[in-house]
Amino acid sequence: MNGIVVVTVEELVARIVDGAMVAVPPDYSFVAMAATRALIRRGARDLHLLAVPQSGIQADMLIGAGCVALVETAAISLGELGAAPQFTAAVKSGKISIRDSTCPAIHAGLQASEKGLPFMPLRGLIGSDLLRVRDDWKVSENPFKQGDQIVVLPAISPDFALFHAPFADRNGNIWVGRRRELVTMAHAARHTLVTVEEIRDINLMEDEGLAGGSIPALYVTALAEAPNGAWPLGLPGEYAPDDAHLAYYAKQAKSDDGFQDYLVEHGA
Amino acid sequence: MTGAEAQSQQAPAVLPEQDHTKTELLIAVIARMLDGLGHVAVGASSPIPGAAALVARARAKQFLRVSVLASQRHNDFTDGGRELFDCAAQGRIDAFFLGGGQIDGQANVNLVGLGDYPELDVRFAGSYGSAYLYFLVPRVILFRQEHSRRVLVPKVDFISAPGISPPGIYRPGGPHALVTERCVFSFDRAAGRFTLQSIHPGDSLESVRDNTGFDFDCPAQVAETPPPSGEILALIRGQVGVGIAEVYPKFARKVWGIG
Repeated sequence: MNGIVVVTVEELVARIVDGAMVAVPPDYSFVAMAATRALIRRGARDLHLLAVPQSGIQADMLIGAGCVALVETAAISLGELGAAPQFTAAVKSGKISIRDSTCPAIHAGLQASEKGLPFMPLRGLIGSDLLRVRDDWKVSENPFKQGDQIVVLPAISPDFALFHAPFADRNGNIWVGRRRELVTMAHAARHTLVTVEEIRDINLMEDEGLAGGSIPALYVTALAEAPNGAWPLGLPGEYAPDDAHLAYYAKQAKSDDGFQDYLVEHGA
Repeated sequence: MTGAEAQSQQAPAVLPEQDHTKTELLIAVIARMLDGLGHVAVGASSPIPGAAALVARARAKQFLRVSVLASQRHNDFTDGGRELFDCAAQGRIDAFFLGGGQIDGQANVNLVGLGDYPELDVRFAGSYGSAYLYFLVPRVILFRQEHSRRVLVPKVDFISAPGISPPGIYRPGGPHALVTERCVFSFDRAAGRFTLQSIHPGDSLESVRDNTGFDFDCPAQVAETPPPSGEILALIRGQVGVGIAEVYPKFARKVWGIG
């Protein structure tokens, strides 16, 4: 082993201190749901959750369980199953703050961070109320074309990126295939914490076919094995979402009692 | 697998045109708007536009690329979530779809909520990529099935993305049309107004006016929205239904009993 830090899922999430900014991927990417349940069990508080660029059941559970103070996102939804009930209720009651964004603005902020830049320009946005309510976004001028207004966004530097992946190698390199928002997240975050289906006794960097779809261990602070760790979400290429369970969650989360029962039933 | 499930997985027989559902009509209407394009992208919560894009691809005389968010099979992006947006800014996406909890007569869309932000009375999911893609994709088709004064309002409570922009703002893209359960509107970007284009069977100019909260232009004669052809219906009930079930299983099960 080559500087790789392998811990349990509990030890992994214990590193996420209260108040930290945690970046997570969307439901159709590689979401660390086993770690999310562990984070709820450990009673995390005041997290600044950054959805890259949107989230679903993961954000809804963390918000409902009282782990989140601020969510920055382009959207939170359970997709075909409708609104995310705990998110919706928490925003309405003022239990959490929301920093409304749009998908490419979150990607751009992370891209600024991965380049070590203070900001990133982005097209669009001018005339949107998002620009009005986001006092950290500014309208600037294209320095190369007079009169061309363009929005500039501050770099987003998460304390942690948290996601799941099909496998890591013996050196802690993580294979993510085409889910490259995870690469951007890992580059931008100070610490990247990963759960994987399994750690394989291979070296990803010796395989040209796999190396390009990998995040090198230099970005990875720690990893944990968590078989079926994206459940009840799917892990594209590995297993499908558990649609019946997700529908059950959507039903339970509509009431606080139902949500609390769900957490107890499912070890969170 | 039960007998009923096995049966539901067979390609359905081609039914007479008069037997199509509203969902199938809407898919066909949107698919026609994609004729001749090179690359159509489909975002979140868009089963009907997604199905329409798959119909258009199957019927395209020249190659039509379709990129469906969250799909493994109908999506060739390899650079993560940002690639769609980077492509759009470069002009590599010809059409995209947006919905809205509210849409107003200037084609402003609201995906954030009702009331005075941030103390909203009703909270929606959020703006997704609208505040960006609406500016950059040449042909943005607004689709909202519910056609009521609750949805089609004089002025949205929150502008996730504006329908029009003043001169000087970089904006190669914008609204092309609005498709609802009752009708099709086209949008004139210079005038900043919708024009009634066709009314679906079962509705009338009166029912459209009664249920639209904004003012729109209307020609002397408004056509009835043509029904989907038998060929399009067969596509929708066959490969398109199966294709869209990958990303929208609940939708495909409800509409065609697939999966």
